[in-house]
Amino acid sequence: MSRLIRMDQTGHSTLAEWKAGDETGYREAVEAFTRELDNGYIGTVSVGPGRATHVRELPLDADLVVMRRPIAGG
Amino acid sequence: MSSGAGALPELAAVPWRPRASAESLRRRGAVWTVLTTLHVAPFLAVAVVLVLLQPLTAPVALAALAHAWIIPELYAHRGASTIRLRREAPARAEPVAQGFLGDLLGHPERDLQRRTGLALERGALGVWVVGEAGAVLFTAGGRRVHCFCVATTDRDLPRSDRIAHLLLALRTDERGFATVANHAFSGAPWRLARRLGPDARLALRAARRLASAA
Repeated sequence: MSRLIRMDQTGHSTLAEWKAGDETGYREAVEAFTRELDNGYIGTVSVGPGRATHVRELPLDADLVVMRRPIAGG
Repeated sequence: MSSGAGALPELAAVPWRPRASAESLRRRGAVWTVLTTLHVAPFLAVAVVLVLLQPLTAPVALAALAHAWIIPELYAHRGASTIRLRREAPARAEPVAQGFLGDLLGHPERDLQRRTGLALERGALGVWVVGEAGAVLFTAGGRRVHCFCVATTDRDLPRSDRIAHLLLALRTDERGFATVANHAFSGAPWRLARRLGPDARLALRAARRLASAA
């Protein structure tokens, strides 16, 4: 089961879940992912211990995609 | 500024900054040492010369010595502020955020974070201690720290989520992270540690151990 979550004031919210071969679930997840990108969030996927990458398209095979806010120098 | 496919998206907000590297950090550290010396040395010289010329000017010499002491302390204070925890009641969602952050960390780092509120992260540039509004990087085998002021743009998130934001950005592009962040201090770790509480000092000691072993 893959999950799309957003870090927000609730800790995190699950926006969508999908399985391999579940086209409807994946399509809904892509819609949620695109909506969050439009709201200024950045999609991030862990790619191993201590490594992550940002994604502009929702990867079908990722276990967990995290939407985070941008960072800035304080 | 070079930015590859894996570059931090936030770099677009600071196109004028050269991309940070081990070499640029080393140079920045050297510049900090020189500038601090230039700030302190004249006051020390004034104090010595005054006392030699006229011992009755000792109070003025003491004031000059105080300036020589205060200036580096103010810099170190600014550096320590980058990882000092904000005095605020934990958000209701903090346990959820803490659980998520814990999932991102290995066992020792998770235990340390629960105890100190700071997340330890090994990188190519050195060992990082990540707080909710900044990060400290140990370089040169743990003999120097660089303090960075950086935070998520959503300041209302639970504390652990703010740390998780920085951690994910750091893991995405370490050099990009050091570029986006504002450099606040560079110097010896002990100058930073004395401005922080026992929990933060514990995290700094752990980071220094890792950096010196690398």
